[in-house]
Amino acid sequence: MLKINNMTMRFGGVVAVNELSMEIEKGQIVGLIGPNGAGKTTVFNVVTGVYKPTDGEVLYGEKLEKISHLPPDQIAKLGICRTFQNIRLFKELSVFDNVFIGSHLRLKSGLFSSVFRIPTYTKEEKVMIEKAEYLLHKVGLYEEREEKAFSLPYGMQRRLEIARALATSPKLLLLDEPAAGMNPQETQDLMEFIHNIKDEFDLTIFLIEHHMEVVMGICENIFVLDHGNLIAQGNPQEIQSDERVIEAYLGVE
Amino acid sequence: MKKNGLWLKIGILVVALIGLFVINLYLDSYKVKVINLCAIYVILGLSMNLINGFTGLFSLGHAGFMAIGAYTVAILTMPLEAKTMNYYMKPMVPFLLNLNLPFIFALLIGGLMAALFGFLIGAPVLKLTDDYLAIATLGFSEIIRIVFINLQSITNGSLGLKAIPQMTNEFIAGKLGLASRTNLLWAWGIAILTIIFMQFLMKGSYGKAFKAIREDEIAARSMGINLFKHKVMSFTIGSFLAGIGGGLLAVHLGTIDPALFKFALTFNILLIVVLGGMGNIYGTVISAIVITVAMEALRFLDGSMNFGFFTTPALPGLRMVVFSLALMVVVIFKRDGFIKETLEKVRGRYAKNQ
Repeated sequence: MLKINNMTMRFGGVVAVNELSMEIEKGQIVGLIGPNGAGKTTVFNVVTGVYKPTDGEVLYGEKLEKISHLPPDQIAKLGICRTFQNIRLFKELSVFDNVFIGSHLRLKSGLFSSVFRIPTYTKEEKVMIEKAEYLLHKVGLYEEREEKAFSLPYGMQRRLEIARALATSPKLLLLDEPAAGMNPQETQDLMEFIHNIKDEFDLTIFLIEHHMEVVMGICENIFVLDHGNLIAQGNPQEIQSDERVIEAYLGVE
Repeated sequence: MKKNGLWLKIGILVVALIGLFVINLYLDSYKVKVINLCAIYVILGLSMNLINGFTGLFSLGHAGFMAIGAYTVAILTMPLEAKTMNYYMKPMVPFLLNLNLPFIFALLIGGLMAALFGFLIGAPVLKLTDDYLAIATLGFSEIIRIVFINLQSITNGSLGLKAIPQMTNEFIAGKLGLASRTNLLWAWGIAILTIIFMQFLMKGSYGKAFKAIREDEIAARSMGINLFKHKVMSFTIGSFLAGIGGGLLAVHLGTIDPALFKFALTFNILLIVVLGGMGNIYGTVISAIVITVAMEALRFLDGSMNFGFFTTPALPGLRMVVFSLALMVVVIFKRDGFIKETLEKVRGRYAKNQ
């Protein structure tokens, strides 16, 4: 599904990610953890095309084709979509419009058929509206659909971001700290929700998270980064007992 | 409920058209001219709001696109005699000398020329953002002006063009035995079409994508929106409308020269957009009308004023100070635009009463 080959990302003299190689199988929930500044979000930014890797490549799809030279919008069209660590909603737009825009990338009609509301467009638009409404029901924000996105409480904004990402019909969903700032109950709900959407939309999920209960609870495979280097990988039990991981997190005498 | 809204809109439209028709016949020609200018500024305000307010591209090149539209319309509609009279310093190129088209085609070509330049300029310039984009588009607008000064055999240089054929309602007024005046239906007809066009555009998926780009480029790009393509689209449509507005302005004024299309003209439109609210269609329409009327109504400020005990000398340009102050106040206190907030307050009051 996704394969990263010897990827290095350097910003000037700083090596954010160093020769990272990893692979994600279709249908997995994969976690990426590590201390602050380990380079986790940089990995996401490289996969989604925000950064071009200094070295190495990112391969994606059934046939594992190279995507690391593509711009972000084309990568999104191929079916990789993400949420952001510091929420990036379209603040002044309504909750509904935020999700609606998510499916704009799949629109086939041109600008003028949208202005003159030609049937080919209105038919497509109807599907987009139904999809947005369905997703809003799904994340429990249907009642708030007319509100402006910035007026929602934090937890709802996170859910809205996921709904917007789902509207792009992704195959691989990247979640950047989805449980940040959530209380234990919300975290529990989120875990169920992630499982739920994974099954319903046939997704592969790749997430960055600091809440260990989330990571250990839902991820089948975990990668651990520290100072840009991959220091461990494996299933939750292996990671929990890995000495280097404990060292990175707790320090060592 | 939705159906009622539609009928209400159609009702307003019909009343407005009948109103225009009556105004056109009975008001004196000065007032008709001012009302005509209102329509032109509505079009220009909306076109700039599409680029700056809805898509969030800080562009200051409007005067340039208007100049292209204005000159295209002027050159294409002027009859042969007017052209030979105008181009006495340097004769016009023969190809254009005999070219003469009906107004509506000339106007369309004017818009399309502006759109073409918008597209050609947009392609390299829209890679820039914020202040850099503003500087680049401002530069473009100045380049157009300088080029027009120097293309003497086409634009008649800094002498400008005079005697551009007017659009009058001669035919109908003649039948009713009234004096003929500027035909309001052209400018207002196009203004109404522009309003409807903008509404449909912003209602659809592309309009919403423009807004998404304004809100957050990084997020928009990650949601698969091709920023460059959408920005160029918005910019090109905006320049098309600016060209149309420029063409109507040329016909309205009857005489144009490159000095008209200086930055001050862009500033006037920016004033309308900011007062009306970035990304607000009705706000722009209202502020375009208010500002155009106010610019005429405040003309007394430019002349000498008698306060009884003290007479000020004539201070040409004083009325523009009023607008600059208004702009400053609005930018400092109500960033979303004065009219937008007032409209929302009125709406809130109605909602409570229901």
